[in-house]
Amino acid sequence: MANEGTHNVEDLHLTNLTKKFGEVAAVDDLTLTIPAGSFFALLGASGCGKTTTLRMVAGLEEPTSGSIHIGQQDITNLRAFQRPVNTVFQSYALFPHLDIFENVAFGLRRRKVKNVDAAVNSMLELVELAPMARRKPTQLSGGQQQRVAVARALINEPDVLLLDEPLGALDLKLRRQMQIELKRIQTEVGTTFVHVTHDQEEAMTMADTVAVMNSGRIEQMGHPADIYELPKTAFVANFLGQANLFAGARTGTSSDSIDVVANGINFRVLSTRNSAPGDEVIVGIRPEKMTILDLHDKDTIPSGHNMLEGRVIDVSYAGVSTQYLVETQWGQKVTVFEQNVLVGDRSSVGDPVVLHWSPDHTFGLAGGETVLADTAQILAVGA
Amino acid sequence: MRWIKSKLLGVIAVLVLIYLFIPIAVVGTLSFNKPEGKYNTSWNQFSLDAWTNICGVPGVCDSFMISVRIGIISTIFATILGTMIAFALVRYRFRGRATTNLLIFLPMTTPEVVMGASLLALFLNLRFPLGETTIIIAHIMFTISFVVVTVKARLQGMDPRLEEAARDLYAGPRATFRYVTFPLVAPGIAGAALLGFSLSFDDFIISFFNAGTVVTFPIYIWGAAQRGIPVQVNALATLVFVVALLIVLTSQFVSYRKRKALEAGMHSDSAIVGADVKGLEAAMPRS
Amino acid sequence: MAAVLPSAGKQSQVSAQRKSRTGYFLLLPGMTWLAIFFAIPFVTLFMTSLQAPVAGKSGQYVPAFQVSNYPDALAEYWPQFLRSFLYAGIATGLALLIAYPLAYFIAFKVGRWRALMLVLVIAPSFASFLLRTYAWKTILSDEGFITSFFNALHLLPDDRILNTSIAVVAGLTYNFLPFMILPLYAALEKIDPRLLEASNDLYASAFTTFRKITWPLSLPGVVAGTLLTFIPAAGDYINSELLGSTQDRMIGNVIQTNFIEFRDYPTASALSFVLMAVILVMVFTYIRRAGTEDLV
Repeated sequence: MANEGTHNVEDLHLTNLTKKFGEVAAVDDLTLTIPAGSFFALLGASGCGKTTTLRMVAGLEEPTSGSIHIGQQDITNLRAFQRPVNTVFQSYALFPHLDIFENVAFGLRRRKVKNVDAAVNSMLELVELAPMARRKPTQLSGGQQQRVAVARALINEPDVLLLDEPLGALDLKLRRQMQIELKRIQTEVGTTFVHVTHDQEEAMTMADTVAVMNSGRIEQMGHPADIYELPKTAFVANFLGQANLFAGARTGTSSDSIDVVANGINFRVLSTRNSAPGDEVIVGIRPEKMTILDLHDKDTIPSGHNMLEGRVIDVSYAGVSTQYLVETQWGQKVTVFEQNVLVGDRSSVGDPVVLHWSPDHTFGLAGGETVLADTAQILAVGA
Repeated sequence: MRWIKSKLLGVIAVLVLIYLFIPIAVVGTLSFNKPEGKYNTSWNQFSLDAWTNICGVPGVCDSFMISVRIGIISTIFATILGTMIAFALVRYRFRGRATTNLLIFLPMTTPEVVMGASLLALFLNLRFPLGETTIIIAHIMFTISFVVVTVKARLQGMDPRLEEAARDLYAGPRATFRYVTFPLVAPGIAGAALLGFSLSFDDFIISFFNAGTVVTFPIYIWGAAQRGIPVQVNALATLVFVVALLIVLTSQFVSYRKRKALEAGMHSDSAIVGADVKGLEAAMPRS
Repeated sequence: MAAVLPSAGKQSQVSAQRKSRTGYFLLLPGMTWLAIFFAIPFVTLFMTSLQAPVAGKSGQYVPAFQVSNYPDALAEYWPQFLRSFLYAGIATGLALLIAYPLAYFIAFKVGRWRALMLVLVIAPSFASFLLRTYAWKTILSDEGFITSFFNALHLLPDDRILNTSIAVVAGLTYNFLPFMILPLYAALEKIDPRLLEASNDLYASAFTTFRKITWPLSLPGVVAGTLLTFIPAAGDYINSELLGSTQDRMIGNVIQTNFIEFRDYPTASALSFVLMAVILVMVFTYIRRAGTEDLV
């Protein structure tokens, strides 16, 4: 049961957690520690196992094997209603026959807590819905329903609050607003939030730790900026934002960097930014890290930068930035974002250009056919 | 021409609706009749006799009360049994699902003569005395399926996440049922009970086979048809019609207001509306 | 999106199904009731249909294996059998013709009045079935407006409607009409009106749209409706008894009188059994042909 008053927050540990549906492993030998008080996001495409993981923590799904601990307490075999964990459900699952007050009071009443009224009222204050207490859920807007769902779970002071695509049903503007709102609430109450989403932007803006999940496993985990700046797998590079990838082979190693030749072009990758163990290396670069220059201005490129020549085949103006599609000599299409800070001519379709970028932004990924196949798959889904 | 074309469908639809109500109008009108002979089939003279003295003919009100009693008892049983089956079908995995489905489907597609006759054959072979008990047994049997279908539709229209949310919020299995599942399914169960009652109350064929000497309201009408139906019967039937219509209209009005609130809340859930329609479809009394 | 949601809901429902003894406990009482009072009676019905009479004692029979009861019963009553299916078939066809426009109207044209319209469709069933049928006696009587109208046009072979097959079929059509309207409505209501607009947009005339889009998509409703109308109509004897003459008796009448009045249980049982068998065969071939297996 959740504690009253002082709230000892403890880490959530998942150990070798596996869930199989028939032969298919939805969650595959997952080991993970979610630090107490953190805002943790499980990010992945639909079917990657993130929701199943969440449901196992909630006690709504039984793990095939493995265990779940909060601090020292093993909760693997506790029923959903016995766990100090509460959930904000996808599309909220507010009880339609109860008013807002009774929805929020539901957990307290089941646990026979005293002073329900005071607790509910102050919780409704927190989510700014006090005037709506006697309305039915259907009479509220989507954003208000979302806040009721959060209040209904939080009032129980759970050790861990689980959020299953909580903003999925809201429109874009409201979603931005609720992202800030949820963050504010989390900071205020200090509870561990575990947030499941397929929206990378949502995960990055809200969470202090993001875990990218794919096929039942965690591909990479860390601070959003760290993962974005230095992805460790092709999947992460493509799922979290966009990336241009060039498959090549290591040709030399110096004290602080390696040389990789891809399609006859030499790239320099800092050793600290290379996660490929072998000789097959994929060189990656984010589109906004590249600078696009007219071919005549090639000499102005700082020495030591990686560069690439090509021809502009598409230009899309998107307000904040301009997006170029550049075709290399070997036919690969490279995406480049240029901030619209310069006044004057931009490159236009057909222009021969040169792209360059610093090795500080270049990253190296493990190569191999499966990786490329994975990448192709993501790109296909993305397109 | 275009106007006629665009309105034609509506005109036909209204005509069909009128057609459905013609016999009701006749029954109602003739309840204010003072028939010339013993047959109350053509209009003679306005009279309130049947309404002011509704039990005036021996047997009419007795048979009416017998039908009400049989209806209530068999509805209670059928609703409980049918609701249990509906829960099992939606919520549990078990062996023999196909057989179960068949056994629920068949009573709805079996002609009533056959059901009545086969049940009578059973009672005769068992030398079971015919009477109110056998009628009630028969009514429970043929209404269960309709209860199952109605409650099942309601259960399936329910978001399974609601019960998960209850479990997540410290409600054990009993509390989940009591505070979430039951209140949400209750309208479906109530609808099923109303349907069950109307099926039982209006049943003639199956009852007639298994009644022995008991005279239910429809059996009374059947017998009276040969020697002339008393005007009181028309009055009673009209009364039942009006009361039933009021009940349904009231419940529709309530659910309409709920749905309006739902629309105001921006969340229109077609699954719920769909379940209502399926319930209505199932809520069709059989003769 | 809308098409995806319901199936997703269904899936989560399946995963919500528990495997436990409670399921069997919930099923047991109701299914036992149906087994004893619905399934087993078919067995006794079958056994009764093979019984042999006790010589000299009318209404008394002994268990036997007298298969000849079947050909004997059919030889005597085949006209009533044929008549039942004929009347029920015509009534079902008429009901489909009458019901379709109304169901279509409710599904596509009345907006928020749908619920009220559906109540109006069901409402007539609240009045006694027998009395409503009896009321047709008044409406179709020889002195009535309808009979005189058709007589003025010389359209009636016997110069009357009441006590003819026309009256019986009319009664059957009327009585089971709601069973046709509701499934049709349920099927039509599921059709996205944008499909009809898309069809119009793609150069289909109103008629072609109906033939190529509306009708095929409403087929599940047509199947359910025809079954729900045909089956009770084929077994009915009230309409024939109240509105027809002795020339219009249907198989239901024969079963009823043999069972209750003549106490010829074997014959009545044999006829019931054949009726049920024929209907079941028709139901299953019809469902298979029309390809809608999930009626329940």
